[in-house]
Amino acid sequence: MKISLTGAVFGAVMASAVYAGEVLPTAVAFTDGAVEQSLSGMPGDAANGRLIVGDKKKGNCVACHQVSDLADVPFQGEIGPPLDGAGERWSEAELRGIVANAKIMFEDSMMPSFYKTEGFIRPGKAYTGKAADDTFGPLLGAQQIEDVVAYLTTLKE
Amino acid sequence: MRKLTGAILATLLTTPVAFADPVDDTLVLNEETEIVTRTAAPDHLSDSLDEVMSGWLFRGKETRAMQADDFDNPGMIFVEQAMDSWNAVDGSEGKSCASCHDGLETMAGVKATYPKWDEAAGKVQTLQMQVNECRTERMGAEAWPYDKGNAINMEAALSSVSRGLPVNVAIDGPAKETWEQGKDMYYTRTGQLELSCANCHEDNYGNMIRADHLSQGQINGFPVYRLKNTKLNGSHSRFKGCIRDTRAETYKPGSPEFIALELYVTSRGNGLSVEGPSIRN
Ligand code: HEC
Ligand code: HEC
Repeated sequence: MKISLTGAVFGAVMASAVYAGEVLPTAVAFTDGAVEQSLSGMPGDAANGRLIVGDKKKGNCVACHQVSDLADVPFQGEIGPPLDGAGERWSEAELRGIVANAKIMFEDSMMPSFYKTEGFIRPGKAYTGKAADDTFGPLLGAQQIEDVVAYLTTLKE
Repeated sequence: MRKLTGAILATLLTTPVAFADPVDDTLVLNEETEIVTRTAAPDHLSDSLDEVMSGWLFRGKETRAMQADDFDNPGMIFVEQAMDSWNAVDGSEGKSCASCHDGLETMAGVKATYPKWDEAAGKVQTLQMQVNECRTERMGAEAWPYDKGNAINMEAALSSVSRGLPVNVAIDGPAKETWEQGKDMYYTRTGQLELSCANCHEDNYGNMIRADHLSQGQINGFPVYRLKNTKLNGSHSRFKGCIRDTRAETYKPGSPEFIALELYVTSRGNGLSVEGPSIRN
């Protein structure tokens, strides 16, 4: 899978600047579905994470989840549980694991894996319907994942 | 331990909520043709669904009302255009559809059984393929491009004279292999979002995904007139859109894969009424 590896590196590069401590999507270490280490090697920015969670073109988490804190974002979905209180239910490491690849914490989950670059069936080039090419990268970059995780830890009931 | 509690909690929280359920409403066309929009699921679905429901039940009140009267249904304008092609001579043999079949109403019941196995062709054919077979082999005319203009209009016309009759496609015998292929596709999680048709239309119908109220993704109502693009849309074009939305590489309308998927998805609606041209968002 030479192409997807190159794509992964490229995707991460596009999403954020590469920091020395960045973990590649193919090298994330999961323990019981959780990931201890920051994927970017940096702390997350909760304010930016809040934007990513609500933005259709970024995380689009609200397509499936309701978040009371994002009351200004219309049309929140009801596929997954509301994220209110997620920061109480889960540790930071668990949240990082869920956002990076929820299918490890929740078997067969419908939730997409946001930091994964391999193992897809007929992956496409974003929403064009065409085959993936060398621009293919994870749905969110390492720093974006950290920002989302930082935001989720602030969600207390 | 945390993990288990979280998982159980998540399951509790994802139990479908009542307010997004399909409406309790009945569809009667032109005050005379009763349309079955919900019925017991066909046997082959008994492990996954109790009831099958038309997409009509998941649309808003005004959209539903528009479909109840042919004068209000914009899809019928395209049916009228197809009536003209039905009678128009085309191709080297100097024939129209009407030369061999008389009136369009002789086609009542046909749409309900397609896609189906075609012995001569040795494969499953969709209604559009059958129409093109008549055009190329009997009229000496050119095949119409798949899911486009003339082809989709004619499919709508053929559907319109079958409205109210139960969808009844055969899934056994020589069609079985194609049906199995379509079933595999339905349950395969494709694209970067790793979503299958079943994730959205079997496990989550009734729920909102962003601004969309998920239906069972039935195709008894196809072709559909969509308010969004103000034209008739074929089922293959709809499949293409849904697959694209999983960030996957799609197939082409008219491709063997979509023929198989059409047979399978149609069979999930066996027992619902033929409803096309219907109206959707
Ligand atoms: C296509 C649907 C979908 C999308 C998009 C989605 N999720 Fe999820 N998510 C789910 C489902 C379903 C679950 C429930 C776990 C399960 O059983 O599969 C879940 C569970 C979770 C949980 C654990 C919930 C709890 O409190 O127990 C968190 C946290 C979460 N998601 C965060 C996110 C974030 C952040 C994003 C966007 C970056 C996101 N999700 C995007 C479907 C989705
Ligand atoms: C990410 C979610 C998602 C996936 C995956 C998905 N769809 Fe859909 N589909 C939708 C939405 C949203 C609509 C519009 C609302 C509705 O009618 O359900 C829709 C509509 C449809 C319709 C129109 C129904 C009508 O009555 O007009 C059909 C048919 C359909 N989908 C079939 C499929 C098939 C077949 C697949 C798999 C190849 C599939 N869908 C995969 C989200 C999805």
